[in-house]
Amino acid sequence: MTAHNASLLLPLIQADADSILAEWLTEFRSAASDRQAATEARAVLAAFTRGLEAGGGDVDFAAGPWEPLRDALAQLSASRAAQGSSSAETSRFVLALKKPLFQRLQQQIKDPVRLGDTLWWLTSIVDQAAQHTVGTYQSTREEIIRRQQQELLELSTPVVKLWDGVLAVPMIGTLDSARTQLVMEELLQRIVDSASELAIIDITGVPTVDTLVAQHLLKTVTAIRLMGADCIISGIRPQIAQTIVHLGIDLHGIVTKATLADALALALKRTGHVVSRPAGKA
Amino acid sequence: MDRIPILQMGRCLLVTIQVDLQDQTALALQDDLSAKIEATGATGVLIDISALEIVDSFIGRMLASISGIARVLDATTVVVGMQPAVAITLVELGLSLDGVRTALNVERGMRLLTESQPESDLDAGR
Repeated sequence: MTAHNASLLLPLIQADADSILAEWLTEFRSAASDRQAATEARAVLAAFTRGLEAGGGDVDFAAGPWEPLRDALAQLSASRAAQGSSSAETSRFVLALKKPLFQRLQQQIKDPVRLGDTLWWLTSIVDQAAQHTVGTYQSTREEIIRRQQQELLELSTPVVKLWDGVLAVPMIGTLDSARTQLVMEELLQRIVDSASELAIIDITGVPTVDTLVAQHLLKTVTAIRLMGADCIISGIRPQIAQTIVHLGIDLHGIVTKATLADALALALKRTGHVVSRPAGKA
Repeated sequence: MDRIPILQMGRCLLVTIQVDLQDQTALALQDDLSAKIEATGATGVLIDISALEIVDSFIGRMLASISGIARVLDATTVVVGMQPAVAITLVELGLSLDGVRTALNVERGMRLLTESQPESDLDAGR
């Protein structure tokens, strides 16, 4: 029956592909640039035709005959995702193909039972195509999000050398397990590489400190101590100091300073440096 | 079974762990070291674990107990050269090794030991 349906539909498409395309685009009333939508529509229709020619039916959308169509749709949804159009918009684009095809079938087939049967066959294929598009669209978007997350992680954890033997990590943003882990590893490795005795963790850019964040900080400090270096936590804002005390977080045995400058002053003092201003320069 | 060598340098004992510690080896080290401290009257023990890449909770606890035993025998223990991965593992295991002194490398560990040695030694001339 599939072959029969396909043999009915194929000549219809081949006969006037251009007007089908035009009607499709009118139906979609593209918000994206018309030329691009036209190109994409042409590619999808061509792949659809090839799928019909190869004997693709409504029950085997994941199989070989529909491979060109799946590729074309994947390309379409990837480019849509990159442009930032919504998933609803993208699936509507594919579904808009139904109307011109339905109209042609309606004109062609007079027997209502036969017509219903063919329409059901076609709608099933187009729906699966739309589903596939949305699925690909979704995974493309998720891929983008994952990449951005990774970039954010890498951007936000620099370990800087403040002085000979003094390292600093300015933490920006919320501390979660993954980020703390990354910072910890990076910092510990740098401590080994540079044989620094002091590390300053500056949390000026950390918006909130809860028990979990405090626990992460404590772990980092303990690890640094195990390696044989010392750690100072700086940049504790008044609100955060209040939160820490109210939550009953025990920062016992950890040196804390209000600002990075204070921490650096302490670090210099501990490493035996003296900062002085030449006389006569006030 | 491997035994970890214990070297004497003045009034300090030097233990460098060059292989991944088996439980038996660690237990033997604990025995040997306490005997050696007793025999030599050492006041400092330096354990270099820079070549140690894998630790479990048992080895972590061993380090803590060796340090505790040494303290009872009046010797200070310094653990030096812990690898980042080892430090993270110990922290994740909940072993913060409180009471164990640490240093980045052997040189600094030695300095820490010599600084902490009692000034007025009765037998300083030994």
